[in-house]
Formats: sequence, structure tokens, C-alpha cells
Amino acid sequence: MAKIASSKIMALAEAVAELVHDGDTVACEGFTHLIPFAAAHEIIRQGRRDLTLVRMTPDLVYDQLIGAGCASALVFSWGGNPGVGSLHRMRDALANGWPAPLRIEEHSHAGMANRYVAGASGLPFAVLRGYAGTDLPAHTATISTVTCPFTGERLAAVAALNPDVTIVHAQRADRAGNVQLWGITGVQKEAVLAARRALVTVEEVVDELEAVPGAVVLPHWVLTAVAEAPRGAAPSYAHGYYDRDNAAYREWDAIGRDRARFTTWLEELRR
Amino acid sequence: MTEYRSDEMMTVAAARELRDGQACFVGIGLPSRAANLARRLHAPNLVLIYESGTVDTRPAELPLSIGDGVLVDSALTVVSVPEIFNYWLQPGRIDVGFLSGAQLDRFANINTTVIGDYAEPDVRLPGSGGAPEIAASCREVVIVMRHRLRAFVERVDFVTSLGHGTGPGDRAALGLRGAGPVRVITDLGVLEPDPDTAELVLTRVHPGVPVEQVRAETAWDLAVAADLGETAAPSARELETLRALRTVGEGP
Repeated sequence: MAKIASSKIMALAEAVAELVHDGDTVACEGFTHLIPFAAAHEIIRQGRRDLTLVRMTPDLVYDQLIGAGCASALVFSWGGNPGVGSLHRMRDALANGWPAPLRIEEHSHAGMANRYVAGASGLPFAVLRGYAGTDLPAHTATISTVTCPFTGERLAAVAALNPDVTIVHAQRADRAGNVQLWGITGVQKEAVLAARRALVTVEEVVDELEAVPGAVVLPHWVLTAVAEAPRGAAPSYAHGYYDRDNAAYREWDAIGRDRARFTTWLEELRR
Repeated sequence: MTEYRSDEMMTVAAARELRDGQACFVGIGLPSRAANLARRLHAPNLVLIYESGTVDTRPAELPLSIGDGVLVDSALTVVSVPEIFNYWLQPGRIDVGFLSGAQLDRFANINTTVIGDYAEPDVRLPGSGGAPEIAASCREVVIVMRHRLRAFVERVDFVTSLGHGTGPGDRAALGLRGAGPVRVITDLGVLEPDPDTAELVLTRVHPGVPVEQVRAETAWDLAVAADLGETAAPSARELETLRALRTVGEGP
């Protein structure tokens, strides 16, 4: 069979340069699993500024982007280092504006997931049973209520999320740029389909995608670019390829806690 | 009798709350440890559900995060995050929500968002995660947290997850279907909402814990049940099983 080189498949640096612009709303998704670290690090290297970063669980990946000064706003639902502690770069930006002030828009997981569902569905908002009696709606403009036209019941409404660009990592793609991911698939499908542009990094590009039970497949024609990035989710993990580097998550606590140590980390990344 | 730490008593007491065959939506940290202990003891058919979408998972080691690979390998099925919240949690299919928090008040409202003012907090905490909807939609909620004066406050600085609001009737008025917090398990004892006032009352102390110590670690004037009980000390089997639990990536 003739192998057709697809224009969708490109080098990571080229894809980031083409898809991610200063001032964009950028969602890097992956729920503990398949977090697109390689792409985020490329954003840091290319010095993007003034990004609105969207992600359910900011994790180390956004702590790094925030500490590197790439972000002016964060949209999220749980901002910690899972099982370890706080995100110190995020806290420093919020408390001290270092290295740049950071605005936040805060939701619950259910709210964020439904915002992506609405975005992917071409709807302006989503309905859920959520937030009732909590203090978040008073602080977050994208949470409201709606009355059911059939039952009269009052329910929570959340505004759709439509990122300028969504970035996710997957196990593999074929040469046409069809992408396959499995294991914990999180909100990746919704985040990709909600976005104006989508970049997927993959562990490997293969001749043919072998079917995997429970896999999510993203057809090439809903994606803007696919880039090969082996170990591109480390220190998170890629099911079937490598495990989560829990030691790295624990070590980040000391690096993120200290501006000088973080700056050294950043210089090494940029080198 | 075997010596044990107060944290171990808390985890064992929390594990005993879960009954075999129940479906339990598990928060990370203390709740996850207790739920996995229960599954190894009296509740082998406990269905553990994590917000990463892993359903009926039986991890050999405790996960460090809610999305660790160990949860996937042993799960009956893995569903997407929108699905776990919309199809599984929201309609009220889950028996028990198992949560923790940084602050808890007399009506069992939970704060995991900020200490102090929201705009200029003294401490910025991780935030909501799945907890607000777990607290809203599970049939009942069990809370596990260490009993400290700074954590057991008169009124939480921020209501991240609703307990009983400002008193009886609040949950029903908001249209919440779940019963809300039915028990709070701490390292000192057990609190339960009073059926009439919804205010948390001390109903049990762990062995050797004086009531005055519990009251001293509680910022509101903690009421004590007339029929105050004492928790059974951890059995040798409970302690042995608890101490054999390992978190992924930890040494033996």
C-alpha cells in the first residue's frame, strides 16, 4: 500500500508555532494520564505570553507554564499536585503576581466536564445538577441557573468552553493522522471537539491502528496537527507505554516551592 | 493489645462505615486508604469508583493520584470524565460519597478552596475537584478528616461542598436528592448530625480519647450525645491489613 505523507503530521516545534499564539485560550487536557508535557514545554521554549490556560487539573504542567510566565488567566477545577501537595508556582502567581499576575475562573470537575461537552456539541451552555448551595457561583461568571421548560426545576447552567486550541497526548496515530488513545480517556474527546484548532502529540506514528477495546479514536479531519513526541506525557504516563513517574511528582514539590530552584529548572528546559 | 496510632484508628473506623456490595465514590487521600482497607476486610464486593472514570477498581497498591494506572488495570470498566459525573454520579446511583476536607463546620459543610477571603486568601487550597457534586448526589456522604481546632470551625470560610447548609431543610430546598453527610470520622471520634437540628454531635469517642479533648479541638460548642459510645479498638487483623497497604512508588 502506498504511504501518503499527510500534511497533518508535523514536527512538534512547527505545530506549536503554527497553532498557539500569544493571547490564545489554550486547553491542555489529560486526566492524570496522557498529560501533554512535551507540547507544554515547547510552548515555554517558544515564549508564548498572555495565554488563558484551561484545564480541569492544572497539575505540574500548568505550574510550569505559569511559573514560566506564559499565562495571564487560569480556568480550572482542582489545582494541586495529586497526592503530594500544592502547586507552588500557581500559588506564587496568585498571591504575589510572580512572574505575572494570574486571574482565575474556578469550577467543579462536573462543571468543567460539562462545559467541554457543550463546546463539543455546538451548544452555548450545559445543564447539570451542580454547585447548589456552594459559594462558587458567587465568584464565577460562567456559572448560572436555568429553569427546566418541562418540569420547572431549577438547575445549574455552565457556559460552553471553546478553546482557541486544545492540546492532548495520545498513544498513537496512523500516517493519515487518525489518533487512538485508551486507558483513562478523561475529557480529551470533548476538549478536542470543542476547540477551534487541535494539536495531538503521540507516542508513535504507525502504519495501521490496531483496534483496542474502549479506545477513543479522533479522525484526522477534526484535528489540525499531529506530532510525534515519544515519552511526551512524562512524568505523567501513557498506558501501555510507560508508568507515571511518581518520584518526579514528589520531587517537583521542592523545585516548585522555591523561585531560584524553579528558575534553574526553567533555564535547563530552555537550553 | 497491639499499639496503634490515632490515624490508624481513624482509617479503621472509616473503613467500617462501608458495607459490602455498596457503590462508593472515593476521594483521594484518607478516603481512598479507608475504602481500600474495607475492600480487603469485611467488604470484598465494595464497588470503588474514582472520578477519573475507573469503575469497580481493585488496585493492588493504593494510587497516589485519582488517575493512576493501578486503578485502570484492575477496573471492571473505564469511562470518560463527563460520563462518570453525568451518568453515574448525577442520577443518584452511588450509595456513599467518601470525602475529606481542609475545613468542616457544625453543619458538615466542607471547604477545600481557600482559607480566608476568596479574593485575597491566607491559604489557597486545591479547590473543588469532584467533591461538590459527590456531596450533592450520593445517597449519603461520609467524611474522614483529622480533628484539629483550625479545621473544625464554626463556619467554613468557603462552602466548596454542601453539607447541611445552615440547618435542616436546606438540602431539600435546594433540590438535592442525597441525604448529605451522615457521619464524620476523625482521629478522635465520630460526629453525626442531630436529626432535628442537623448540627454535628459527638456520638462516639475512640478508645482512651477524653470528651474534653474532642471539644477542645472543635471551634464550636460541640454537643455530646446522651448515649455517647466508644469505638472498638482496631483488631489485629485490621491493623495488619492496614499496615500492609502500600502506595504506588513507595518502598516496602
